[in-house]
Amino acid sequence: MTVTQAPKIVTSRMGYDDSHTLERYLATGGYEALKKALSMNPEAVHDEVTASNLLGRGGAGFEAGRKWSMLRPNPVRYLVVNGDESEPATFKDRELIERDPHQLVEGVLIAAYSLQVTQAFIYIRGEFALGIERVTQAVNEAYSHGACGNNIFGSGFSVDLVVHPGAGAYICGEETALIESLEGKRGFPRIKPPFFPAAIGLYGEPTIVNNVETMSNLPWIVLNGGEAFAALGEGRSTGTRIFALSGHVNQPGTYEVEMAKPTFRDIIFDPSLGGGVRLGRDVKAFIPGGVSAPWFGPEHLDLRLDQDEVGKAGSMLGSGSIVVMDSATCPVRAAWRIARFFKRESCGQCTPCREGSGWVDKTMRRIEEGAGREEDLDLLLDICDNIAPGLTWPPAQTTICVLGPSIPSSVVWAIRMFRDEFLVHIKDGACPYA
Amino acid sequence: MGHFTPENLAKAKNTISVYPQARSALIPLCHLAQSQDGYLSEEAMVEIAELVGVSPAEVRGTASFYDMLHTEPVGKHLVSICTNIACMLAGAYELLEHATESLGVHSGQTTSDGEITLEEVECIAACDRAPCVSVNHRFFLDVDPDTFDQLMTDLRSGKHSSEVPSHGTLSRVERSLGLAVPREQVAEERAAADKARAERKAKAEAAGADKK
Ligand SMILES: Cc1cc2nc3c(=O)[nH]c(=O)nc-3n(C[C@H](O)[C@H](O)[C@H](O)COP(=O)(O)O)c2cc1C
Ligand code: SF4
Ligand code: FES
Repeated sequence: MTVTQAPKIVTSRMGYDDSHTLERYLATGGYEALKKALSMNPEAVHDEVTASNLLGRGGAGFEAGRKWSMLRPNPVRYLVVNGDESEPATFKDRELIERDPHQLVEGVLIAAYSLQVTQAFIYIRGEFALGIERVTQAVNEAYSHGACGNNIFGSGFSVDLVVHPGAGAYICGEETALIESLEGKRGFPRIKPPFFPAAIGLYGEPTIVNNVETMSNLPWIVLNGGEAFAALGEGRSTGTRIFALSGHVNQPGTYEVEMAKPTFRDIIFDPSLGGGVRLGRDVKAFIPGGVSAPWFGPEHLDLRLDQDEVGKAGSMLGSGSIVVMDSATCPVRAAWRIARFFKRESCGQCTPCREGSGWVDKTMRRIEEGAGREEDLDLLLDICDNIAPGLTWPPAQTTICVLGPSIPSSVVWAIRMFRDEFLVHIKDGACPYA
Repeated sequence: MGHFTPENLAKAKNTISVYPQARSALIPLCHLAQSQDGYLSEEAMVEIAELVGVSPAEVRGTASFYDMLHTEPVGKHLVSICTNIACMLAGAYELLEHATESLGVHSGQTTSDGEITLEEVECIAACDRAPCVSVNHRFFLDVDPDTFDQLMTDLRSGKHSSEVPSHGTLSRVERSLGLAVPREQVAEERAAADKARAERKAKAEAAGADKK
């Protein structure tokens, strides 16, 4: 077991009932990092972030410092924070938004200063009513505390921060769809190139889009230095990260652990973390990083929570959410439910995604309900091959965004891992678990 | 005669003022209209269109993309049951079936007393306490059939009225002011900062060249 005693970087205040208040935030070192950042040059703050090697926590895991250096020089530029968290089984940003909104706001202000943006927006998923209230409150308080607005803390730096609510659409988590949504339009992803936000983003101006957890790490990095952050973890996977653990474990929840040190087995079984599988059952399969990720089986339990190690093994740490399925889980039903999600959330711009997700949903449902045919398995693989040719990981992309290529992850891997169980559904004309 | 109340019209104008382009306020204004009327009415869409400078069809077309914007009236309480993967593994479909029976309505329908609209939704990001339910987007977690029935009773009797505002009210906390930094001032500050940065860079390069 390598569950280390690493510091809690983003969840340090979670033990307090009033963790969301300005009083608690100030009493626990709040806004000191912003003051320190304002005393440095913007590029020196950027250097610390680069030295930390902080990987974006939104799913793609791109180095934040490197992304920042790609911001196209331009008189007008924006920072947009992605708080749309809607990847199924991902629930760490909601916790940061609701329970430590000032930490998020401080992180955003530090980034805004380093990037010298014209204005910053925090886009929060519409369903997070409490989160929107908490962050709006925090922003109001930041203004009256002098941390936001005109001439912040007397530094000569000024910036406005706006909280923007979403209205219910998973696809708006994709950064270019989020920008469209923030412009008051339907959340249709834009094609990249040319629409890389750092070049052509909000209102056509260069824009940095970063995740809520990514931003929440910045106060600690500024106070303790990028090197201290990089000393945690291993290789490219530095610092700590929040993993959201759900499904058939005894203690589901969010756990901030050092990157690259614990394994999936640790996080699922350690008594201080997941506490094992319910009813002492075995792990049948688990999803390592959100429902867009290919499934893993028990043979993968000893992989470390390291972005590159998981990538090499054929899946991804993605959004940091781990779903455990025990031995009594019907894999057909689980994969079908994920397929149905993609069908509902496809924005419909690309044929492979729009049509493919509908076919996969329909065919999977037919099998689960006992009305499937043996040819359906080949049909499913064929449809998925049309969505992401080759059915490899990472997937080939024939669509505007990567929602489409994520559709095969559950279905194809479930068929590969549990083909015999699919066949039982078909032969018996019923779900054996029903 | 506009559709927004004078108070809401003032809020709408304040919201528009915090964005570089008025159209960005479209979705926030749809939420505002929902908080006023409980749903997004045709009249509200016409006024929003005028306020943000697009056609009513564009407001309707945009709103129809988003699950939370309801262009038809819904019940006083929008009860959303998540059936996505973590909730499904914890019995969400059984809960949904129970809810359908005990309320006598299917997903998307409203009870005859107008109190409750039931809907099945995707993950609401509370998966560690599955199955998850939200009422007007306020969360109730670890719900089983018994606690679900109790919750419905309590909603009808008004027991939760302090935590659960009426449908459409998104945030009970409002932004306390408009933009604090005039746009010209930001532009000036940024130009000065960019210049200072370029000078620092040139100086550092010159110093580096000297050393060589
Ligand atoms: C379909 C789809 C949904 C996404 N949803 C989210 C999300 O909810 N939150 C998020 O931060 N990133 C999400 N992303 C990733 C964003 O596009 C983007 O990479 C991220 O916000 C960048 O922030 P980071 O570099 O700090 O990770 C999603 C991507 C795709 C393709
Ligand atoms: S891949 Fe799917 S979700 Fe992404 S742009 Fe195309 S249709 Fe829309
Ligand atoms: S799966 Fe139901 S809240 Fe996440």
